[in-house]
Amino acid sequence: MNQQNCCCCGGNHVDERLEKVMKVIEEHKTVKGGLIPVLHEIQDTYGYLPEDILKIVSKELDIPMAEIFGVASFYSYFSLEPKGEHIIRVCLGTACYVKGAQGLIDRISKELNVEVGKTTEDGKFTLEATRCLGACGLAPVMVIGEKVYGRITPDDIPNILKEYQEK
Amino acid sequence: MEMVKLTIDGIEVEVPKGTTVIEAARQIGINIPSLCYLKGVSHTSSCRVCVVEVGPRLIASCTLPCENGMEVKTNTPKVREARRTVVELLLSNHKRECTSCNRSENCELQTLSKELNVRDIRFEGERINYEIDSSSPSLVRDQEKCVLCGRCINTCKNVQTVGAIDFSRRGFNTRVSTALDRDIAETVCVNCGQCIMACPVGALTEKENIKDVWKALADPEKFVVVQTAPAVRVALGEEFGMPIGTRVTGKMAAALRRLGFDKVFDTDFAADLTIMEEGTELLSRLEKGERLPLMTSCCPGWVKFVEHFYPELIDNLSTCKSPHEMEGAIIKHYLAEKLGVDKKNVVVVSIMPCVAKKFEGQREELSNDNLQDVDYVLTTRELAQMIKEAGIDFVKLPDEEFDNPLGESTGAAVIFGATGGVMEAALRTVYDILSGEDLKDIDYVQVRGTAGIKEAELTLPNGKTVRAAVAHGLSNARELMELVKSGEKHYDFIEVMACPGGCVTGGGQPIVDSRTQACIDVKAERAKAIYDEDKDMPIRKSHKNPYIIRLYEEFLGKPNSHKAHELLHTHYVKRDRF
Ligand code: SF4
Ligand code: SF4
Ligand code: SF4
Ligand code: FES
Ligand code: FES
Repeated sequence: MNQQNCCCCGGNHVDERLEKVMKVIEEHKTVKGGLIPVLHEIQDTYGYLPEDILKIVSKELDIPMAEIFGVASFYSYFSLEPKGEHIIRVCLGTACYVKGAQGLIDRISKELNVEVGKTTEDGKFTLEATRCLGACGLAPVMVIGEKVYGRITPDDIPNILKEYQEK
Repeated sequence: MEMVKLTIDGIEVEVPKGTTVIEAARQIGINIPSLCYLKGVSHTSSCRVCVVEVGPRLIASCTLPCENGMEVKTNTPKVREARRTVVELLLSNHKRECTSCNRSENCELQTLSKELNVRDIRFEGERINYEIDSSSPSLVRDQEKCVLCGRCINTCKNVQTVGAIDFSRRGFNTRVSTALDRDIAETVCVNCGQCIMACPVGALTEKENIKDVWKALADPEKFVVVQTAPAVRVALGEEFGMPIGTRVTGKMAAALRRLGFDKVFDTDFAADLTIMEEGTELLSRLEKGERLPLMTSCCPGWVKFVEHFYPELIDNLSTCKSPHEMEGAIIKHYLAEKLGVDKKNVVVVSIMPCVAKKFEGQREELSNDNLQDVDYVLTTRELAQMIKEAGIDFVKLPDEEFDNPLGESTGAAVIFGATGGVMEAALRTVYDILSGEDLKDIDYVQVRGTAGIKEAELTLPNGKTVRAAVAHGLSNARELMELVKSGEKHYDFIEVMACPGGCVTGGGQPIVDSRTQACIDVKAERAKAIYDEDKDMPIRKSHKNPYIIRLYEEFLGKPNSHKAHELLHTHYVKRDRF
């Protein structure tokens, strides 16, 4: 699953990650279609695609940044921003939508002051909208981390969030 | 050459192997509509407007190679319906504002819709609202008019090797964007405007400055001076229905006077001045053997390209300002006083075949005494627009002359408009200076023509050899730079123009639709007009221009003098490549 983005673990750790990524870049320099495996490695290592690292990729693989951004934004696997500590996913599949999932999203946005697809300033939460999670019976459905919340209303939101905020 | 034979709508046709069906059909007078296809540039086959029937199937003809015995049908109910559906779908989420769109009457989507007789649109498409990106002084991007054909992307990435824009996201959300959705002004975009020339619709346009110029013209305080680049005079006529490659120098001067400009000057004068300065610079660098190859600096697209991608070669760029900037500086700091006008009230307007000149005009390096050398840059297209707006019947205009002293020029100056021209003009002067003679044989044909990279080795009258190279189109320039960097090639003098063909096909010139482009070599037609213009000039060498001689005597002293450096030379900045 998503690795956490941690920027306080000391310089050593960062260098190790960079080294690892550099090695993969090196291996893919002359490979056609090498960009995607490289981006995978970066995503897995950092939990997102940091701009500074993408600049290295652009230079080393000689691919324009706009093209890298194109590829990165094509696949939902990649993320261009660091993810929060907790990922909130609200289902916007048909069943959930009909049962008012948009209301959940609006409420979360308001409570946490965050847009869909973005992370709160304190790095605690990332808010995402997803397709059907296969739990339509529980609609509307929301998942935080691994935990599933079903049949909830916007008014339940503040209490649920509190659990995580206090952690 | 291996030939293949096929029939299109029952007509037999024989073409070289590898020819596409769309091209073969054109040869026998059948116009298959197209949109994403731009011959030699964009072959993505994504829009499917160009479908034809081959057997039971509908296939896109723009990438379909002709085969022996193929039977193609281009005009069946099924084909017509499929094409119409494609266009209707495109229109269903298009910002349809033809009446006020910059590209109206020169829009390939509008033409398709008209030709395919689209009357009502059966679909109502969901739309995404995009903000217009007008961050750049050169171009404006309106994604709501984009049909996602990819022509701009292929141009920017492959023809220019800049790669400032690309498709991003997917499905309904697909769009053309810059890296990380930044404003285009914050990217590696070099402002060449070739994407504008590639765009079939109004999604990419120049940043208009027409209103600013009308305002200056209406202000009684202002003394508004205009100058025109060499390439404008061989293209402006197209905007008024004249054939590609028509020379309209005299009519253009007349039109500018009628628009109300106080003086109508010619950038060609300053092109002669550039040759004096740059020729001298070349001789002095050759002498000292330093900062070679000398690279021309008249093209602001090329200059920005070097700043981003080859910052280590910045010192090789000539320090000469581009001609219209020189002319601006001379107008404000020399001529104004002679004419008894306060230079603060002088407004210099440049008519250019180029949108990068708009960016250049704003560079703070290009000013003196807090006055920008050039105040506004208008493209050839914008000038045509003003002429139309003023109700001037361009075709019927008499021929008039430029004003003097800054309107006099030579054949050497006019060829700046075509690739190889700056090089040739410089050689004409350098040869004369070194030989101390007035040489008669001055057509340096080695550097003419449309080959991507041209090389010439010339023995100067002093016995020295100059190794020269000329490139146009930035992919060719990049190739050349790599050869220089790797040490594989050694040159003394390099001319680069960012636009393929040079300024005659610059990003501010009349837009030629993809169908015409496929049949006519626009750059060759306009270049021919440029060289004809050169031939008809009584004086064809820059240093023989009497007003140039006078300018040095009266004001500048010698080429590359202190004064010349102050007004006519500049410096560059390193930029990053992302
Ligand atoms: S781009 Fe073409 S179709 Fe669209 S509004 Fe402009 S003229 Fe009309
Ligand atoms: S102006 Fe030139 S560099 Fe900029 S996006 Fe267009 S084609 Fe690319
Ligand atoms: S901006 Fe123009 S050229 Fe580029 S994809 Fe859109 S319609 Fe095509
Ligand atoms: S629609 Fe939400 S779980 Fe299926
Ligand atoms: S698919 Fe042929 S023109 Fe677009």
